[in-house]
Amino acid sequence: MRYLPLTPADRQDMLKRIGAASIDALFTDVPEAARLDGPVDLPMHQTELQVERALSKLAGENTPASSVPFFVGAGAYKHHVPATVDHLIQRSEFLTAYTPYQPEISQGTLQTLFEFQTQVALMTGMDVANASMYDGSTACGEAVLMAARVTKRKKAVLAGSLHPHYAATTKTLAKYMDIAVASTAPDLDGLAGIAETIDDETACVVIQTPDVFGRLHDLTEISEKAHKHGALVIAVFTEPVSLGLVKSPGEMGADIAVGEGQGIGVGLNFGGPYVGLFACKNDRNFIRNLPGRLAGETVDADGRRGYVLTLSTREQHIRRDKATSNICTNSGLCALAFTIHMTLLGEKGLTTLAQLNHETACDLADRLSAVAGVELLTDTFFNEFALRLTKPAADVVDALVDRGVLGGVPASRLYPGEGLDDVLIVAATETNTPEDLAAFETALREVLA
Amino acid sequence: MSMNTQGRPTRIEHDIDPGGYETLSGSRGLDQAEPLLFERGSLEVTGVDLPTPKGGLNRLGTMKREGPIGLPGLAEPEAMRHYVRLSRKNYAIDLGLYPLGSCTMKHNPRLNEKMARLPGFADIHPLQPEKTVQGAYKLIEELARWLMVLTNTPAVAMSPKAGAHGELCGMMAIRAALDARGETGRRRVLVPESAHGTNPATAVQCGFFTDEIPADKTGRVDMEAFKAKLGDDVAGIMLTNPNTCGLFERDIKEIADLIHEAGGYFYCDGANFNAIVGRVRPGDLGIDAMHINLHKTFSTPHGGGGPGSGPTVFSEALAPFAPLPFIVKTADGAQLKMAENDGDADGEARPFGRLTAFHGQMGMFTRALTYMMSHGADGLKQASEDAVLNANYILARLKDVMTPAFDGTCMHEALFDDRFLKDTGVTTLDFAKAMIDEGYHPMTMYFPLVVHGAMLIEPTETESKSGLDRFCDVLLGLAAAAAAGDADRFRAAPVHAPMRRLDETRAARQPVLRWTPPVAEAAE
Repeated sequence: MRYLPLTPADRQDMLKRIGAASIDALFTDVPEAARLDGPVDLPMHQTELQVERALSKLAGENTPASSVPFFVGAGAYKHHVPATVDHLIQRSEFLTAYTPYQPEISQGTLQTLFEFQTQVALMTGMDVANASMYDGSTACGEAVLMAARVTKRKKAVLAGSLHPHYAATTKTLAKYMDIAVASTAPDLDGLAGIAETIDDETACVVIQTPDVFGRLHDLTEISEKAHKHGALVIAVFTEPVSLGLVKSPGEMGADIAVGEGQGIGVGLNFGGPYVGLFACKNDRNFIRNLPGRLAGETVDADGRRGYVLTLSTREQHIRRDKATSNICTNSGLCALAFTIHMTLLGEKGLTTLAQLNHETACDLADRLSAVAGVELLTDTFFNEFALRLTKPAADVVDALVDRGVLGGVPASRLYPGEGLDDVLIVAATETNTPEDLAAFETALREVLA
Repeated sequence: MSMNTQGRPTRIEHDIDPGGYETLSGSRGLDQAEPLLFERGSLEVTGVDLPTPKGGLNRLGTMKREGPIGLPGLAEPEAMRHYVRLSRKNYAIDLGLYPLGSCTMKHNPRLNEKMARLPGFADIHPLQPEKTVQGAYKLIEELARWLMVLTNTPAVAMSPKAGAHGELCGMMAIRAALDARGETGRRRVLVPESAHGTNPATAVQCGFFTDEIPADKTGRVDMEAFKAKLGDDVAGIMLTNPNTCGLFERDIKEIADLIHEAGGYFYCDGANFNAIVGRVRPGDLGIDAMHINLHKTFSTPHGGGGPGSGPTVFSEALAPFAPLPFIVKTADGAQLKMAENDGDADGEARPFGRLTAFHGQMGMFTRALTYMMSHGADGLKQASEDAVLNANYILARLKDVMTPAFDGTCMHEALFDDRFLKDTGVTTLDFAKAMIDEGYHPMTMYFPLVVHGAMLIEPTETESKSGLDRFCDVLLGLAAAAAAGDADRFRAAPVHAPMRRLDETRAARQPVLRWTPPVAEAAE
C-alpha cells in the first residue's frame, strides 16, 4: 500500500521490541464479540489510476458551472479565482499544518490569519473580526447566540428575506438555548414588519443585504430603532464581492456583520467547504463573547513582533461547559484562499470586480425583463435579482437545463409552500459573457412562449 | 565546490568569529522577515487584470459606498513572495513527524487534492438543478455507505462541518429523541474528566449540563463511579473511544448496556476512530451516535486549522432524528434528490433541524472517499494496525526513560506524564519547546487533563521505523539532557525557530486583533 512505509520485516522487529506476539496482542482490550475476523465488506485497495478513473466517472455525471451559461446564486457565487490562489494554498506548509498551537513554528498561518481578520474588519466596516467560522450560515447562528449573551436577552427576529438555510441553521442552533427566534414573512419588496417587532426584550434583528432575492437594504434607520431599545443589529451577506460597491454593515450601524466569504477565493465546491466571516464592534463585552478563534499580535522573547492565538479563555478547550461556543476550528485553508485573493485584488481590484458584477447583472435584468411573461421584482440589487414568471419557476429551470442553460434557483426550492412558485432568483457575475446573457434570454423566451 | 564569479573556488575562513549580530533587513538568510500586507501593499496596486467597467449602469439606489475601504493590493509576484515567505515559517506534515496526540497528523495524499479539483466536483453549485448533479449525489451516497459499513450503523448525517459540529449533530439528535419520548427531566450528561473540551461545550449547547466521571487507575472510566451516577435524569454519556489517554475502554459494551438500561443514549466521540478502522465497528459496541473526523481518520488536510468535516453515524434509535438535508430517491427510484426542507422528509424521519446551509463539505467528501478507495478494506485495516504498532513502538522505546502515564500497551497514541522531569527544573512546556529546536513539532501538551504535565504522542501510520528511531533517539537525548541539569537550554528554547517564545499573556491582556495605521500617519 503506497501510503504505508512499514515493511513486513519492520513490523516483526517492532512487535519483538514491544514484546507482543502479534498485532492482535495490541487489540486485546477490544471485547471479543466486537473483534472482526477479516476485512470489512468493502472493496480492496486500488491503484492511483483505478481510483482516478472511478472518481472521474462520477465527476463526469455533473454539469460544471464553467461549461454552460450559468446564473445560479442564492448563497454561493461563481467567480473567477486567480491561479495563484490555488497554487499557494497547496503549499505543503499551509495545506498540511495543524492549528497554530505552537506559534514559534506557525507564524505563516498566524500572520495570514491576522491579515485576514484585518481585511474582513475593513470590508465590513467593523472594528474586529475573528479567524473565520465554518460558513456564513453557522456564522449567522453564532452571531445570534452572541447577541443573546451580550444583551442578556432571549428574543431574536430574522428578516423573512434572510436565506432560508441561514434561518433554519440559526433556529437549530438556538433551539435548545432557550432563545426564541422568529422570522417575518418572506418579503420581495422590503423589510415590512420587522421594525415593529423590536422591543425592550429583543436581543437582535438579523437582516441580510443583498437579501436572498438580491435586494439591497439600508439598515441605518432600523439600527437607530434597535439601538434605542438596546437591541443589536446583525447584518448578513452571502456575496462578499458586493462589499466592493455597496455601503458596509458598519457604515449602516450594524453591531455584528456575518457572511459567506466563498465568493472571494473559494470555488463553488457543491456547497462546502466555505468560509464564514464574522466581525463586530470593538467593545469589551462583544470581544469577550466572540465565538471562534482569534489571532492577536504580541512579541517574542527577543522583542520581535509575532502572532499567537489569543483570548482562548472564551474557548472550549479552556472553558469547557462555560465556553462561548463548542467550536474548535475555523475554516483555515478557505480563509487563506480568501485573504490571498483579496490581497491580489486590493481595493482597486475589488471595486472593479464588484462594478463588473453589477453591470453584468443590470444587463441581464434588462434583457430578461424584456421577455414576454417576465416581471423584474427587484429594483435595487447588486448582482442578483428576482423575476416573476408566468410559469412555475421550477419547471422553467428544468426546461432551461434541456436548452443548456443553468438559469437560477426557483424560490420554491428555498421557500416551499410560501406561494413563491412563480419566482426565480437569478445571479450574474463577471464570469458571464454577453453570449451567455443572450443564450439565457433566448432560452427563457422559448420556455415561456 | 562552489565557484565565485571570477571562477575561483570559495575559500572558508576558519579563523573569523562571526559573533552574534542583527542583520540590517531583519532576515536571517533563508528565514526572511516579512512585514504585514498592510505595510507592503498599496491601494493603487492590483494583482488581477480585469476588463474596464462600462460605467453608468446603476441599480444600487442609495446603497452605493462613498468612502474608501482601505484594502491594499499586491501585484502577483509580490503576493507570491509574501505568502511563500510566510509559508516557510510553518511546520507541516510534509516537513516531518507531527506527533500531536488526538489530532492525527498523517500524510495527505495529493491524489485526494487532484480529485477534489475535478470540475465535476469543484465547479458545481449546491442549488443547481438536481438532474445536473447526480454524480455528486452518488459520491456522497458512496462515502456514506463506506462510513456505515466501517461503523456498522444504519444511518449517517453528512452535513456537519467539523468534529465539534458532528458532536452537536449527535447530541441534538439525542435531545430530539428524548423530547419525542416526552422525557423532559433527562438533562444530565455524563462526561469523563479526560474528555475533549468540545464535549461539555456541546452538551451545554443542547440544553444539557454535564457531570464528570473520574478515571480509574488504568486510565479508563471508573465503572463504580459511572454506575453510581446513573439515574432517571441521565440523558446519556459522551465517551471517546479509544479514549484521550490512548486506551481502549475495555468495559465499553457494559457501559453501553448500562446507559441504555438507564434510559439514556451513548454518544461516542469518534476523534480516535483511526486506531480501530477496519478492526472494530463502533456499532458493534452499542453506540447510538458517533462523529467521524474526515480530517483525521480519512486524511483530508488540516489546512492550518480547517476546514474539517464531521459526518455523524446513528443507531436505529436515533436515525429518525438525523438533521436535514439528506439524500433520498425520487418517487420513480430513477434518480437521487436532496431532502432539503421539513416537508421533504417522509416516513419515519423527524429531523431535528438543519445544521448548515447546503449539503456539507463536498470538497472533503471527495478527498475522503479517494483516500478510502485507495486503501480499501485491507489498507484501512493495515493503516490502523500500523498506527497502533508505531505508537506502541514509541512507548516501548521511551518507557524506561520517560514516564508512561499508565501501564501496559496503548492504542494509536502513547501518553507520558512529567514524573521523569521531576526536580530537573524543566517543564513539559520547556521539553516541548526544545523539540522544536530539534526539528520536530511538539506532541500534544497538558492534555488530557487527568495526567500531570501530559505529553500525548501520536505518530500515525505515516512514519517509517527509521523515522521513529530518529525521533525516539532525540527524545531520549533530551530526557538525558534534562536529567543532567541542563535546564537553561530548555527554558530558552526554541532558539532555532523563526521566533523565540511568544508572550501570550501580553496578547490576551492588551489584545491587538487587527492592523491599524500607525498613529503618526493617521494624525496627518
